[in-house]
Amino acid sequence: MTTLAELAKLIRSKNAGPFQLTVDIMFADEETYERVLAGGAINAERLAAIYGVEAERVRVIPYAAAHSIKVTLPRPVVSGDPGDGDTMGGQQYAPLVDLEVDRPPAPGGDGSTRSATADQSTVREQCE
Amino acid sequence: MARELRLLAPTSLLGAGFRFESLRTAMAWQPDVMGCDAGSTDPGPYFLGSGELYFSRDAMRRDLEHMLLAARGAEIPLLIGSAAAGGTNAQLAVAVELAEEIAAKHGLHFRLGVVSCEPPRDYLRRSLSEGRIRALANAPDLDEAVLERSENIVAMAGVEPFHAALDSGADVVICGRCSDAAIFAAVPTKEGFPPGLAWHAGKILECSAACVVQRKYADPLFAWVRDDCFVVEPPNPDYRCSPVSVASHTLYENGSPYELVEPSGTVYSDESTYEPVSDRAVRVAGSRFAAAENVTNKLEGAELVGYQAIVIGAVRDPVIIRQLDSWLEGVRETIQSKAEGIFGAAAVEGMTLTVRRYGIDGVMGPLEPTPSPAHEVCLVIEVTAASQKIANAVAKAAAHVAAHYAVPEYSGLITALALPYSPPELPRGPVYRFTLNHVLEPADALDPFGLELIDL
Repeated sequence: MTTLAELAKLIRSKNAGPFQLTVDIMFADEETYERVLAGGAINAERLAAIYGVEAERVRVIPYAAAHSIKVTLPRPVVSGDPGDGDTMGGQQYAPLVDLEVDRPPAPGGDGSTRSATADQSTVREQCE
Repeated sequence: MARELRLLAPTSLLGAGFRFESLRTAMAWQPDVMGCDAGSTDPGPYFLGSGELYFSRDAMRRDLEHMLLAARGAEIPLLIGSAAAGGTNAQLAVAVELAEEIAAKHGLHFRLGVVSCEPPRDYLRRSLSEGRIRALANAPDLDEAVLERSENIVAMAGVEPFHAALDSGADVVICGRCSDAAIFAAVPTKEGFPPGLAWHAGKILECSAACVVQRKYADPLFAWVRDDCFVVEPPNPDYRCSPVSVASHTLYENGSPYELVEPSGTVYSDESTYEPVSDRAVRVAGSRFAAAENVTNKLEGAELVGYQAIVIGAVRDPVIIRQLDSWLEGVRETIQSKAEGIFGAAAVEGMTLTVRRYGIDGVMGPLEPTPSPAHEVCLVIEVTAASQKIANAVAKAAAHVAAHYAVPEYSGLITALALPYSPPELPRGPVYRFTLNHVLEPADALDPFGLELIDL
């Protein structure tokens, strides 16, 4: 069984503003990126379960230009709120390091690209 | 000849530092504009709530002094945004004071434009009742009471207040809270360069050399903006940009790599191309901008939660670690009743007592997938109360209670907690929380902002 860390060159997480968490899973080359993307292991349902949020609010965004998959979701706890243990969201990628990637896609089709466009209308952000 | 505008970002955050040698190289490349971001919501709500500085005044002075001397020497505009930390008026005043001190020290003369970004509360109340404030994704509820109790509320400026300051003859602009990318998009958009390229270049520049292949420390980034593309290159010879490293930067601390929502519109990078110009410079083209019908300014606010004191201690005994949950439950109840005994139930009402358990689930909390204890566990006992006096006193009691709380297996007095500090309690001062994730749609783009011109 292959883990995500074995295939990725970098997995990182960070706030995208205090109310949102974003995870970047970056690969060294297009081939590995395509392999993981096509495998469907990175899908909204799976990430939603890990972070305790609704799957509808998780966006999985393939980004070929940087051989990366981005995952953006509401922060389980708002940055700096009582109970938050990670102000910048910097260590929240940890459960993904050992994520098993070579497994069939989630039930209900190819989860890897779901919500990349469908959820754009429901999640409005504004950058810094 | 094709026109070109050269932009220089000496560092990612005013006070983060940069190599002077790199700045000197960059100045030899003859920039037309110098810019620097000076704040963020990233370090949490404290800086917006308190108005305190993130980096020290000395670190900020060091960077600003080099920048002002270089920019005034070359007679190019210097634009500073989100000064300093949260962009509040108090923090803005510190940045302005520093600029004045540096100008006096070196005999520099220039027009300083100061953009304040704390809209008056009655303006915000009116905007709320007029439906000019809208919630963004995951926003907490907003009503007049939230506006009232927030310590500070700032509106995030776009390029518009920078344009107003530059049109008024400002050589140097120091702005309160603003879009990071706007600092660098301001001059190119004013001079009619394609806004998609101007904003995309701004997004990359705002973190200075963060888009290099291997960032070791904060250092400058340089960009050449043209009508059909922009090129980025780090002046530091130890750094280089690659197409992937530059493309990767649109991922950074951003919800989507394809769209950046800015006050005056949205930048789309889905058709952007990244090509090497050399082994260290990258050309970006194809970025588009869709202008919004009306300018919107993100609002950020923070309110006081209370005053905090903490105790850091560690448990190494496997017998205690095995029963940590029940042991901590007993500790917590005992501390609570001691606090009530000292101050009375009414005074400690609303007091919160939490224990973080590093070595078990300190980082992920209830989301921790493997909450199996390490061989030692660090406990951070947090007391948050209505006053610092209560928080300190309860923390003192908490350290004592936890240090000697009984373990059923043992008879006789034990010391169950290794306390690394004397005194064990650490007063943390006021703590805040974010209150707003909303946008304001002003009738005029400059309504939320103030502009003051100071001739130095």
